[in-house]
Amino acid sequence: MADWPLFEVFIRSKHGLNHKHVGSVHAADRRMAIENARELYTRRNEGVSIWVVPASEITASSPDEKEPLFDPSNDKVYRHASFYKLPKEVGHM
Amino acid sequence: MYAQLVETGSNKLKTLDEMSPEERQFQERINDEIKIEPKNWMPDAYRKTLIRQISQHAHSEIVGMLPEGNWLTRAPTLKRKLQLMAKIQDEAGHGLYLYSSMETLGADRDEEIDKLHDGRAKYSSIFNYPTLNWADMGTIGWLVDGAAIVNQVPLQRTSYGPYARAMIRVCKEESFHQRQGYQILLTMMQEGTDDQKAMVQDSINRFWWPALMMFGPSDENSPNSAQSMAWKIKRHSNDELRQRFLDQTVPQLELLGCTAPDPDLKYNQETGHYEFGEIDWQEFFDVVKGNGPCNRERIEARRSAIDNGAWVREAAVAHAAKRQHRAA
Ligand SMILES: [Fe+2]
Ligand SMILES: [Fe+2]
Ligand SMILES: [Fe+2]
Repeated sequence: MADWPLFEVFIRSKHGLNHKHVGSVHAADRRMAIENARELYTRRNEGVSIWVVPASEITASSPDEKEPLFDPSNDKVYRHASFYKLPKEVGHM
Repeated sequence: MYAQLVETGSNKLKTLDEMSPEERQFQERINDEIKIEPKNWMPDAYRKTLIRQISQHAHSEIVGMLPEGNWLTRAPTLKRKLQLMAKIQDEAGHGLYLYSSMETLGADRDEEIDKLHDGRAKYSSIFNYPTLNWADMGTIGWLVDGAAIVNQVPLQRTSYGPYARAMIRVCKEESFHQRQGYQILLTMMQEGTDDQKAMVQDSINRFWWPALMMFGPSDENSPNSAQSMAWKIKRHSNDELRQRFLDQTVPQLELLGCTAPDPDLKYNQETGHYEFGEIDWQEFFDVVKGNGPCNRERIEARRSAIDNGAWVREAAVAHAAKRQHRAA
């Protein structure tokens, strides 16, 4: 399999959700990657659409960047609905 | 149990104080049930142990197709044949989910498969027993996949993210395996001739003990367990899982109207558990070391599948190159 590159596989389930990463397959090319992914990850109606992406084409954030990337959103509590306290009379909003 | 003997490289646990800062942070993350993901720092021993464990597990799924493949062409009806084929295809899938999660640790799939073929890597002892009659297809689904389920359900919470997620997919598919197996036996016992019923009992007699051995050595002979449990790549001890399996299986055995080849098997009113006789550990270690009834045949079958399939893989690459050339 050494000459068969690795592809990451994303599947969209029936209910209109986003494509979701499910795993990976080796294949000679993209088209075969779709066929292999179909065989491996959708044997029981798990999806209605498949994306495959060469694993080497994916750029990922690194765990060391966790703080600079994600900490700034922590102190912005005003971005959450629960931050805004309203009187009971307003009811559900 | 699909990974019965996994060397961790250490049989003494470090305390948090003895750990380097990185290692300590890693262990605390595990203690807090936060998953370890591929890009996170991890101790070398954790990575190596996991590669060993996941590859053993994957090899077991792949080699595990062989005993059942033996009966595909002789299934008694088309319906049974289709069911068995679907079950075997799932096992191929399990192997592939696992190899794919193993690759996230930086392991090379071909290299790990080479280790299987030259005897450096193990797979579950259970697949080194022959399948001699049709009832064996039922017994394997019921007992072997049943034992696999008991082992794999807790692994859905294992500390390594990609392994845990592969286990979730696997577990979703396993209950079909066990039910189709049990139904084969039930049909033979309820609608079969005397000869067919005898076949079921014979099959249970042969697979009973090997199924119990699937959980690996007894706890006092599992020096690597403490480290694996601390890393949460193993969540219950071998004996604990074996007992769980036995407790759920004996009532199913009775419902079939069959017996176990164990004169010491009995229910203990006080503990609420079944007690069983001594496992033949000599047999277990012989099979694990490569001297079971079918070890050589199994590895030979795997090797020739890879070798004889080489031209297909090469042709696929050539075809892909041609297609790309045409498109350019
Ligand atoms: Fe499986
Ligand atoms: Fe299995
Ligand atoms: Fe299975």
